[in-house]
Amino acid sequence: MKYLCLIYDDETMWPSMPREQADAIMGEYYNFTNDIQKSGHYLGGNALQPTQTATTVRVRNGKLSSTDGPFAETKEQLGGYYLIEATDLNEAIQVAGRIPSARFGSIEIRPIQEFDQAQ
Amino acid sequence: MDDATATSLRERVGEIYRSDSRSVLATLIRLLGDFDLAEEALHDAFAAAVEKWPEDGLPANPRAWLVSAGRFKAIDRLRRRARFDAASTALAQRFEELGSSAFEADAENDDVADDRLRLIFTCCHPALSPDARVALTLREVCGLTTEEIAHAFLTPAPTLAQRIVRAKGKIRDAKIPYEIPSHADLPERLESVLHVVYLVFNEGYSASSGDSLTRADLSGEAIRLGRLLVDLLPEPEAIGLLALMILHDARRAARSSPSGELILLEDQDRSLWDRERIAEGCALVERALGSHRFGPYTLQGAIAAVHAEAPTAAATDWPQIVGLYDVLMRADPSPVVELNRAAAIAMRDGPEAGLDLIDAILARGELTTYHLAHGARADLCRRLGRKTDAITAYERALELAAQEPERRFLERRLRELKGE
Repeated sequence: MKYLCLIYDDETMWPSMPREQADAIMGEYYNFTNDIQKSGHYLGGNALQPTQTATTVRVRNGKLSSTDGPFAETKEQLGGYYLIEATDLNEAIQVAGRIPSARFGSIEIRPIQEFDQAQ
Repeated sequence: MDDATATSLRERVGEIYRSDSRSVLATLIRLLGDFDLAEEALHDAFAAAVEKWPEDGLPANPRAWLVSAGRFKAIDRLRRRARFDAASTALAQRFEELGSSAFEADAENDDVADDRLRLIFTCCHPALSPDARVALTLREVCGLTTEEIAHAFLTPAPTLAQRIVRAKGKIRDAKIPYEIPSHADLPERLESVLHVVYLVFNEGYSASSGDSLTRADLSGEAIRLGRLLVDLLPEPEAIGLLALMILHDARRAARSSPSGELILLEDQDRSLWDRERIAEGCALVERALGSHRFGPYTLQGAIAAVHAEAPTAAATDWPQIVGLYDVLMRADPSPVVELNRAAAIAMRDGPEAGLDLIDAILARGELTTYHLAHGARADLCRRLGRKTDAITAYERALELAAQEPERRFLERRLRELKGE
């Protein structure tokens, strides 16, 4: 079963953080990614640039509009994600709980919808 | 077989349904891997029992027979569905390959207890909303109908049914596993189960008007669930919670007047307390305390035990109760525990001491919309002869109180104070 782990945290926290602390967290992310690659959970993952770089696109009545900014202004922003393989939700929760940002942000776990390939 | 035997066998099916249907369901969910399919299979299996047992006689192991029949019926259903989808064919084949021996062997060994635990832990999984956990547990573990649950929670039946459907959908789609949590996860997962049981109990305990009958059943259901849990998994906090529920329930007859008026602990007729239940509750508290791994439920149970053992309100061991609240504040601090501790301190050291503590909580901006905080404050002002303050606080409590018996109690106090 595939799960997407969406990492939400307060992106304004990062620029104000002392350099050593940010480096320490990045180190933790590096180790965590290595660990889940070795354990076979890792399928993919990326960090995202801050929401000021986001663009939201909609098509209404056949007309495309793009607006500056994220889909929703919230206190915590989507900052990155991991796509993982886990046997069930309990295992996914265990993996997600080890994502460094889980300590100060939140991780949303979404099971991947599998479409029937047969047709 | 004569008619009388056939009739008595049909009655036996009914008895076995009441005693075993939940555990048969628990096993079928594990074997079939699907709540809905297992529920259908359970009903099919009992329908088959009603038909076959009067003809063939009672099987040696009715539970194993039912599990096995359930499996065959599930295969039948999948076969019929298979005309429309390929996945059902694959499933039906898999169940057939598993073979009936696997099903029957499973039904006989002590997996029975494990299956019941799997069902409880799955229904109370923290990834489900608290409302859904309560509804699903009452439906699947206790076997209440959707209508019964809806009635007890004063919720429209369609809303409740939808809640259960959604929860089952999440179990299936997010793949919440049907398992007993690992040792490392057990404390968190057990806490979620105990919380569900406690919510069910409180729903039945705190409301004593209108639907008091069905709601009392809810407390009884919670106690039954608590007993099952202690049987299956005798963890100290499970024992502590069972003790707490039994001790509160032992006072049921004394808690309200025949007309439904609320009677405070200090005014209750203690001869109406159920001594047998109190003895059972106290023994459970001691068992939980003896483990030295107890937590908040055991401590609340211990406090209830001290109250229950006091021959009169005046003879209550308040220093001990304050001591237990001190430990509870360290184990599980919350403003509500602090409020109760303040009320106990008022009894030990006088109203002034308690009032200072309650005012300190409210001054921090906590419990300001909690009617019991204002009610407790009002009571202490009344005892100190601060009539105007008492009236203001009772009025504030009345604004916030939702339950009819509580409102009537507050109105009565207000009338007394205003000398009406």
